[in-house]
Formats: sequence, structure tokens, C-alpha cells
Amino acid sequence: MAFEGLADRLQSTIKKMTGKGKVTEQDVKEMAREVRLALLEADVNFKVVKDFVKKIKERAVGAEVIDSLTPGQQVIKIVKEELTALMGGEQSKIAVSERPPTVIMMVGLQGAGKTTTSGKLANLLRKKHNRKPLLVACDVYRPAAIDQLETVGKQLGIPVFSQGTEANPVDIANEAIQHAKDEHLDYVIIDTAGRLHIDENLMNELTTIKNNVSPDEIFLVVDAMTGQDAVNVAETFDGVLDVSGVVLTKLDGDTRGGAALSIRAVTNKPIKFVGMGEKLDELEAFHPERMASRILGMGDVLTLIEKAQDNVDEKKAKELEEKMRSQTFTFDDFLEQMDQVKSMGPLDEILGMLPGASKMKGLKNVQIDEKQLVHVEAIIQSMTKKERKDPSLMNAGRKKRIAKGSGRPVSEVNRLLKQFEEMKKMMKQMSGMQSGKKGKRKKGMNLPFM
Amino acid sequence: MSFFKKLKDTFAQSKESEEISDKYKEGLSKTRASFSTKLNDLVARYRKVDEDFFEDLEEILISADVGVNTVMTLVEELEMEAKRQNIKDARDLKEVISEKLVAIYAGEDFGKQVPLNLQENDLSVILFVGVNGVGKTTSIGKLAYQLSQEGKKVLLVAGDTFRAGAIQQLSVWGERVGVDVIKQSEGSDPAAVMFDGIKAAKSRGADVLLCDTAGRLQNKVNLMNELTKVKRVIEREIPGAPHDVLLVLDATTGQNALIQAKTFAEATDVTGIVLTKLDGTAKGGIVLAIRKELNIPVKYVGLGEKMTDLEPFNPEAFVYGLFSDMLTEE
Ligand SMILES: Nc1nc2c(ncn2[C@@H]2O[C@H](COP(=O)(O)OP(=O)(O)OP(=O)(O)O)[C@@H](O)[C@H]2O)c(=O)[nH]1
Ligand SMILES: Nc1nc2c(ncn2[C@@H]2O[C@H](COP(=O)(O)OP(=O)(O)OP(=O)(O)O)[C@@H](O)[C@H]2O)c(=O)[nH]1
Ligand SMILES: [Mg+2]
Ligand SMILES: [Mg+2]
Repeated sequence: MAFEGLADRLQSTIKKMTGKGKVTEQDVKEMAREVRLALLEADVNFKVVKDFVKKIKERAVGAEVIDSLTPGQQVIKIVKEELTALMGGEQSKIAVSERPPTVIMMVGLQGAGKTTTSGKLANLLRKKHNRKPLLVACDVYRPAAIDQLETVGKQLGIPVFSQGTEANPVDIANEAIQHAKDEHLDYVIIDTAGRLHIDENLMNELTTIKNNVSPDEIFLVVDAMTGQDAVNVAETFDGVLDVSGVVLTKLDGDTRGGAALSIRAVTNKPIKFVGMGEKLDELEAFHPERMASRILGMGDVLTLIEKAQDNVDEKKAKELEEKMRSQTFTFDDFLEQMDQVKSMGPLDEILGMLPGASKMKGLKNVQIDEKQLVHVEAIIQSMTKKERKDPSLMNAGRKKRIAKGSGRPVSEVNRLLKQFEEMKKMMKQMSGMQSGKKGKRKKGMNLPFM
Repeated sequence: MSFFKKLKDTFAQSKESEEISDKYKEGLSKTRASFSTKLNDLVARYRKVDEDFFEDLEEILISADVGVNTVMTLVEELEMEAKRQNIKDARDLKEVISEKLVAIYAGEDFGKQVPLNLQENDLSVILFVGVNGVGKTTSIGKLAYQLSQEGKKVLLVAGDTFRAGAIQQLSVWGERVGVDVIKQSEGSDPAAVMFDGIKAAKSRGADVLLCDTAGRLQNKVNLMNELTKVKRVIEREIPGAPHDVLLVLDATTGQNALIQAKTFAEATDVTGIVLTKLDGTAKGGIVLAIRKELNIPVKYVGLGEKMTDLEPFNPEAFVYGLFSDMLTEE
């Protein structure tokens, strides 16, 4: 049921065109329709889509596509360019006030992720910027909202200012600022209650808080899964509060996240951060071009690379590379590499980031693949040290023993041995290719069995 | 005033009133009538049945988050019908549109309300599942209130042992409603907590056990497996349980809700949906696609954060709400 990405969508239109020699206006129209559908399926607001497609059509008809030999690619390129431009540049800076404390206010709909993101921001400020933040519990409405923030504070070892549920959020905010000054804390992060943009009373409350504490940043927190309504929400919150930036949460899910585009289009405010998980260190800078790819369903290769970089030990990677080049890669190395890939997260999540992965039939059952990994491990672990180093030792007797030890059929042992040989061959080719541009290669990209 | 506000007010004014529920149950023909009246206005705005007309219709539906596929199919059918009957004047297309639109919800048995699968004189277990922040815990609080009001003995179990403050949140709801909450400390095994909950429900002779679970995104295989395990514990302890698995969906969610429904249904055999946050401006139209493709009915809608803000799903009222903007635009 995963939705088709733009590239897939354009396939059939492109097929019809190839061989015809010339792209007609009708072709462009059809392609524009596919662009429209792809964006709608990604939850981009229909009004935003309308304007956007109009622009694409103009550029496409303006010869760029018509004259191109690869019109499909050209359309995708135009769409991606326009989309990336609309997304704005990378802006993950957080304001610093000349007179501390710097005040950050978190606002948004119910359940968007304000409290969690408050914790994540505090964590980031302390860890990356060496700041001393204070978390402020201004949600006096939601049951146990204060407990939640206090628990988050405790987990992080970051102070939380709260005055119970009887106090007025405006007073709490005011007193928190004074408290931060007294304690020489340089950032104040105000967690507010979730509210509907059409709730006038509660929106007024936010205005009053804003007028009292003059925040340096007001972050609108939006769930990445939001549908068509994202424009109404963003427009109203921004209209009332003039927010300074947006945080898009729950992007670790499999939503296309077209809301990002809608929000940009109606507010023109930067998306500064994205939430990539429930844990308090899972906040990342927003990358416009990656978001563009994601909305178009073109995979998230860059995130994948970054994940690999975070998880793969550089020294080990170098050693592996050397082994690949010198053809001394063994089953032990294979096991080690498998562990590294596994440490990047569940296999299906990793595969989900590959372009087109959702369309590949074989990848639909990645859960089984995960099981296969366990089987592979079992087989290798049933080999002797010598066998792992030198698979050429293998004979029928040894294979039988390994099969028995691992509880897998001999055919599977055979298959693994064959795959291993093929992999070694492939490595040889790859390392040959890579040695050309020395030092340029990104570490962690040697994942032969993926 | 939004349609749901009106609906809400109506319900609030005369909650128990037979009159109202009868009106909604039997009122299909009446809804249809007013539907066509309103549709008159729409077609009056257009003279010609042309591309613009269909595009507008498409957009009205899409803006309500009705699944893109559902909308495209519907509009294509309409276009074909218009061609076949050689309809040029929008007014002449009115009947066809009306039929098709009504068929979205009246088709098969979509028009019927699907109640909870409560056991008579025996313990009923209801498991709540869904992605993060959709309103599982709040819906449990609301349903606990409703069932208690009906004289049922309700027990809650705090199966979200992961999120900060989740156990306290459910505990506050328990206090508010006046029902007990079975819990362990944060970080403990959710399956073990469920086990405790069932044991307590049995020994205390509870009528309904409402089980909270941690929010999880459907693409996290490990977490989905954990949920399957939780369900299995319940199945093992009480044959036939859980009697309902309610997937909580946020009406603000777009197309992803369809994938959520599919994945959660695979992991836990979802029996119904609670559609929350309909008091906002989002329409939650994606449940039409979910009903069409997966045949999962909506059982309740959430209309606010208060104890009383949960209503049984009313299909006619819901579909009417999808078009409320278009219908009141004149
Ligand atoms: N997977 C994932 N979950 C997230 C992310 N951010 C927040 N969550 C989860 O979303 C749910 C809601 O988060 P909260 O921080 O409580 O949201 P909130 O906006 O403070 O909610 P209210 O105060 O009720 O309006 C919780 O289960 C969080 O763990 C994220 O980036 N990824
Ligand atoms: N306006 C409105 N808010 C709602 C509704 N239902 C829940 N909420 C709010 O949405 C937020 C999240 O609700 P929770 O019940 O904590 O959601 P959850 O699914 O249990 O969240 P996690 O356990 O973190 O995954 C809270 O602020 C609720 O008050 C509703 O029908 N309307
Ligand atoms: Mg909160
Ligand atoms: Mg909860």
C-alpha cells in the first residue's frame, strides 16, 4: 500500500513518450498530472499543489523538457529543484539573546510533540552548545503534563521549573525567567499546552505569554503525518504569534511529510529541526533537499549515509577496506560488518531509506530478511576458525557439520558460501573503482551484502 | 460554526434524547434530501460540466483528507457517467453526484453504527493501539467515564511503561473518572503489566478492562512485535479476548493513516477505530478509504479533551461534515 513515488508515477508516461522523438504539450500535461497526484498523496495541501504544478508546467513547456532527450528525468529534476527552493535553506541555528536568558517558546496542536521536543532542545543546547537550559512547565491542563516534563528533566539532568496546575501559565512563565536569571541559566524553554488553532481563549493565552516574556524563538511543533489541515494550523499559529521556526516531529515514521511543503508555502518560516524518534537525542537539523526527495518518494540516501557514518567505526572501516583490497576478507569480517549494519537500526528501517525500496517486491518481506540474518550468523558461528578464514577448505563433510550445528539445511550453507564468493568478487571491483579517488570516499559505505 | 460544533452542541443538549438518535438513525432520507438541496447550490455555481467543475469537486474531497485514490476513482466514475449520458449542464449531473456521494457512506453497511463488542455478564477486554500522541490515553479516560456512567465496573491498565509521565497521566484519568488503575513502574514489561491487569480484573469482577499501550510508529518492527506479544498475553489469559482492539487515529493525519490502519490491523486484528480531534478543522476523511479498503469501522469520535467529549460514530453526520464547507459556502 506504500504510495508510489514520483519517479514510479512518471514511468508509464515516459514509456509512452520514448521513441516518439518529440514531447508534446499533451505529454507535459500528463506528466504534470502525475506530479500533482504524487504531491497530493504525500499530503501536500491541494492549493499549494495547484500553484506548484502551474510553475512546473511553465518551466516544462518552456523548452527545458520538450527539447530534452530524457524528458522524464528532466521533469523530476525541475520538480526537485523547485521543491528544494520552496523548502528554503538549511537553518538550524537557535537564537542567542544579548541579555540572557534566551527564551524559547514551544507551541502547537495537541500531541504534536512539544514536551518531547522541549527536552530534546534542552539536551541539544547543553550538549552541542554548552548552554545551561531551564525547562518550564506551562501546560497546566493536560493530565500529568508537568510530571512528563519533570521526568524528561530528570532523565537529562536538566532543571524544570513548575508551579503545579493551579498556577496561571503566564505567571509561571514570568517567574521562570526570573528564576533563570537568579540561577544564571542562559536558556529558558517554555513548554505550553497543546491547543487547537481555533480555540480563541487558548490562543489568547499564548499571545499573553508572548507579550510577557518576549521570546527570542517561537517554535511551532508540527506532526509530520499531518494532512491537508496543516495549512490552516500553520497559518493561524503564525498569524497569531508570528512564529520564528518550525519543528517537524515523528519523521522517523514512513510518512512522506508533504505537510512540510504546505507549512513552508503558507508561512515562509524555516523548518529548523526534525524529530527522528522518541528518545531525547533524536533531534536533527532539517535538510531541505532530503525532504524534497522524501516527499517525492525518492528515498533518503543521504540520511542512510549519515546513519552509516554515525555507526561505523572509522578505523574498522579502514581495516575492512584494506582487507577488501587485498582479498583477505573472511567470514569473521563478514560477521563484524553485519553487526555494524544492525547497529544502524532495524533492517527494514534502513531499507526504507533506499530509493524505490518500497516498490521492490523482494523487499516487501524484509522481516524475513532479518530472520535470515540470524540464520547467516548461526551458520558462520558453526564454522571453525580455519573455515572462516579460508572457505576453500569446505567439503561435503564440513558443510554437513555446519548445517547440523546451525540447524539450517545444507543448501543454505551452500548458498551463503556462494554469496560470499560473489561478494568478494564484487569487492574487488569496488575497491578497484574506489582507489581512483583516494580519500574522497565516505566511510561506512562498504556494505556489500545489502 | 463548524458542523461538528453544531453536532456536538446538539448532542450535548439532549444526550439521552431518543428523538435525536432516532432522527439520525432514520434520518437518512432527510439527510439525503438536504444533501441534494445543498448540492443544488454547488451545481448552480457552475453552468458547464467541465474540467474545472470536476477539479473543484476533487479538491473539496481531497481537502477533507479523503484518500487520493478514493477521490480519483469517484471523480473518474462521475466523469465517465457524465460522458455516457452526455451531460453538459451541471444541474443534470446533480443526481449522479448525489448518488455516488451517498454511496461512499451508505454503500454496503457503512451506514450502520458498529457498537463495542461488550460481553454480557462477563469481562470485556479492550486494547487501545496507535501511533504517538493520537489520543489513546485520553480516549480511554473518556470511554471509562462513559461506561462507568452506564453502571459498568471499569478497570484501567497502564500498559505504556515507556513514555515519560504516561502512567501518571492514566492515573489522573482514573482519579477523575473514579476507577482503579493497575500499574507497575516505568520501564517494566508491558506484557507483564497486562497480565496483572487481567488478573485484577478477574478477581475484582470488573465488567470492562481498558488497556493503554505506548504510542508507536507502525514502521518500527520491534515495537509492533511487542504489541503483538501484549495481545497474545491477553488472548492466552482470556479466550476470545481482547474483545475489541481499537486503533486510535488523529483526524489531523493525512494519507499515512491508511498505512497505520493496515499495519496495526496486521499486528493486532483491529476491530474498530477511534477518530480523535474532530473538534479541530481537520475532517479525517481518510477513514473512508480505510473503511473501503480494509473494512474497519469507526466506532467513536473524539471531540475535545474533556471526559464527556467522546461520541459514538455517526456515519451520515460524518460524511455530511466532510462537505460542510462546500455546503455552507453559499
Ligand atoms: N517516533 C517519534 N515520536 C515522537 C517524536 N516526538 C514526539 N514523539 C512522541 O509523540 C507523543 C506526543 O509527544 P508529546 O511531547 O507528549 O507531545 P505534546 O505536543 O507535548 O502533547 P500535548 O502536550 O498533549 O499537546 C509521545 O508519545 C512522544 O514520545 C518523534 O520525533 N518521533
Ligand atoms: N482537541 C482534542 N484533543 C484531544 C482529543 N483526544 C486527545 N486529545 C489531546 O491530544 C493529546 C495527546 O493525547 P494522549 O491521550 O496523551 O495521546 P496518546 O495516544 O495516549 O499519546 P502517547 O501515549 O504519547 O502515544 C493530549 O493533549 C490530549 O488532551 C480530542 O478528541 N480533541
Ligand atoms: Mg505536552
Ligand atoms: Mg498515551
